[in-house]
Amino acid sequence: MKVLMFGWEFPPHISGGLGTACYGLTRGLSGLSDVDVLFVVPKVFGDEDQSQIRLIGADHVPVLSKEVHMEGFLKSLEKIEVGVNIYPYIDPETFKKFPVSQWLENNRYITTNTLGTLDFKGGYGADLLQEISKYAIVASTIAYENEFDVIHAHDWLTYPAGMVAREISGKPLVIHVHATDFDRSGGEVNPVVFDIEKSGMEAADQIITVSNLTRNIVIEKYGIDPEKVITVYNAVEPGGIKDDVAAERVLSDKIVTFLGRITMQKGPEYFVEAANLVLKKMSDVRFVMAGSGDMMSKMIRRAARLGITDRFHFTGFLRGEEVYKMLYMSDVYVMPSVSEPFGISPLEAMQSNFPVIISNQSGVAEVLRHAIKVDFWDTHAMADAIYGILSYPALHKFFSVHGKDEVDALKWENSAYQVREVYYKAIGIRK
Amino acid sequence: MKKIALCFNIHQPFRLKRYRFFDLGSDHYYYDDYSNEYNMRRLADQTILPGNKILSDLIAAHKDRFRVSFSISGTALDQFELYAPDVLESFQQLAATGCVEFLCDTDSCSLVSLTDRDEFADQVKRQKARLKNYFNYDPEVFCNTQMIYSDQIGDWLYDLGFQAVLTEGARHLLGWKSPNFVYCSSTNPRMKILLRNYLLSDDIGLNFSEPQWSEYPLTADKFASWLRASDPKEEDIILAMDYNVFGEKNSASSGIFEFLRYLPSAVFSMGGMEFSSLKNISGQLPVGPLSVNDPISWVDEERDLTAWLGNELQQEAFQKLYSLIPYMKKIKDPVIRLDWRYLQTSNHFRFMSTKYFSTEKLFSIPSPYESPYDAFINYMNILSDFTIRVKAAVNATMQKKTKKTYEKTVHS
Repeated sequence: MKVLMFGWEFPPHISGGLGTACYGLTRGLSGLSDVDVLFVVPKVFGDEDQSQIRLIGADHVPVLSKEVHMEGFLKSLEKIEVGVNIYPYIDPETFKKFPVSQWLENNRYITTNTLGTLDFKGGYGADLLQEISKYAIVASTIAYENEFDVIHAHDWLTYPAGMVAREISGKPLVIHVHATDFDRSGGEVNPVVFDIEKSGMEAADQIITVSNLTRNIVIEKYGIDPEKVITVYNAVEPGGIKDDVAAERVLSDKIVTFLGRITMQKGPEYFVEAANLVLKKMSDVRFVMAGSGDMMSKMIRRAARLGITDRFHFTGFLRGEEVYKMLYMSDVYVMPSVSEPFGISPLEAMQSNFPVIISNQSGVAEVLRHAIKVDFWDTHAMADAIYGILSYPALHKFFSVHGKDEVDALKWENSAYQVREVYYKAIGIRK
Repeated sequence: MKKIALCFNIHQPFRLKRYRFFDLGSDHYYYDDYSNEYNMRRLADQTILPGNKILSDLIAAHKDRFRVSFSISGTALDQFELYAPDVLESFQQLAATGCVEFLCDTDSCSLVSLTDRDEFADQVKRQKARLKNYFNYDPEVFCNTQMIYSDQIGDWLYDLGFQAVLTEGARHLLGWKSPNFVYCSSTNPRMKILLRNYLLSDDIGLNFSEPQWSEYPLTADKFASWLRASDPKEEDIILAMDYNVFGEKNSASSGIFEFLRYLPSAVFSMGGMEFSSLKNISGQLPVGPLSVNDPISWVDEERDLTAWLGNELQQEAFQKLYSLIPYMKKIKDPVIRLDWRYLQTSNHFRFMSTKYFSTEKLFSIPSPYESPYDAFINYMNILSDFTIRVKAAVNATMQKKTKKTYEKTVHS
């Protein structure tokens, strides 16, 4: 069975969990003898691990004609209205200054470079929507030229590409929902993104969600038939923190860490409130909020107002090894996400023997037993959990030992088996 | 004779380096040496050395008729020693002429006058001793950090032996009163209050090289005529500004140094005016009491404390810093004491200001940080490490003491 897979990022060029999950899953699938994966990303940088899969960069695929009329070519996309005049990640002020009509004029035609290929930036730039449509155009070429049995598209950025490929080849489409715009925006969805997501889900023959939490959102918010939505949990690559990044621990204080983007989705304010409660009872503990995001300044002001900033630290955005260094210094890892489709990072922490506290509103809570789970809004429960793990060494030890065992049992091979079942089901339906 | 006083303020903080959470407990050096040296050298070459040269020429030319006052912060003195010994030497030469007055400050340009009397007294005494040591000068007039003043600070100063203090002639304080008189504290009539004439001072400091200003260009003669034109009953005019008004805020090409060079002769040619030290001005009888309940300063439109303690970040940092006072009283370690001084410098708090209309032009030390939040995070990381050291040091001394007492008891 040949799989044409569309992704948006691939390690090491990743900005979040999506790339990590795609990599893990393709690795898992490559272990199955009857599955061949052809992975398409907008841009191949050249340093990706291609030992087990074939990676195609959309920027290397020549498009058939030199100048492609976008509206005509994207006939199959017309119903989802890739509104090129709407700019995805932009604030209202910048939008006003943005010459919409001019941009429309310039972008009606997509020009290829001399090799006949389209240029892709990769990542999440300002012309994200245009990149998505370009990607879909290239997808049609790839769909013509390659033999495959099933199409697999990861997250909304690649749904249009998947739909075009399905239209052209007549092969079944499986879409993989790693997150929805409801998670990212806290309910106030971007209508353009929502439309793309919804059309993708409706067009798909099978839908894979990373947790039941996400499955419910897909069913309830997007009105999708529950029959075709299946949950396949993510796993984690074996490994953990290598000794060479192990930082020397110089502080005698216990350290509790929040690691991630400081945005509404991740629930940073509940971490601050819980920290305040713990600090009333304990003095030899420090809290660290590692990362950056649009709520950072608000969190700093809140911590200052609570008068805890001598024990509550902000590191700003952490890069590469600093992340592991931070984890290594920690005693407890807290993920109070308000809405987290899955959340691989607590698994990585547990792999390295760190106890984790996660919110019930995260997909990963469905698969873990040896982690403390609290509702994100219940700061008292969160504080209680932090206090418990820090004060009772037995609890700390129990969680770190059993947590590691549990996580080590979560293998991408298992996820791959389940995904293969979904493929067969999709092919069956399509026939 | 109307008394004219020229008073120049020199200050440089020890800027802090980027200090990460990871450095807590392992790295105890907090300062950005490069930036500190660069800024000090810049100030020395652009402002102090050319300015002092002109002042010493003026003193040579006018002999005893010319007077000038300096308020130099303790951190600036430290930086002279570290990075600009030529500046220190130049001030020593000026001091030797006897025509230069030095005002006393807290020795690290701190905000301690707002919180703790004993610590304030310590810092004042230390700065006094240093002025004596460097310039063989006994200061008798006080000019607090950023001219911060209140009745309470006045009382504390009187107990420390000062009989006059220089502060801002703030509009909300004076109402229709003129800054060009000597006043006294309402709580202690023996404590004289000298007021900066901010309108005339700002004409030199802010407006001088502003082509949009209606009086541009400002010449020494024009300025002297304004001084002369003030109400004949008024006894003194105090012109106080940052020294970097010369050469930095107004570039050398604007003619600011020539303005300084010709100001004295312009003043003398008008007649009826003389240059005077602040100490001399403070000898006059006060015309009335001034009551200052809430501290004033010479910063921003409001002339209050909001530049340093206006938001919750600043208040938190301030409160956490000074909660260490009881510990610091038990610490002798010179390195910790030095860090304690440098961490108190008011600029660290100013960098955390989120005030919308903080008059950038008056911001004599620009913030090295990207944002006030950045400034706060960095400062609090450093303060956390400092706190760990302080508490460890106190514990160590306590243990030693306990051991000694124990041994004594056992042996006896």
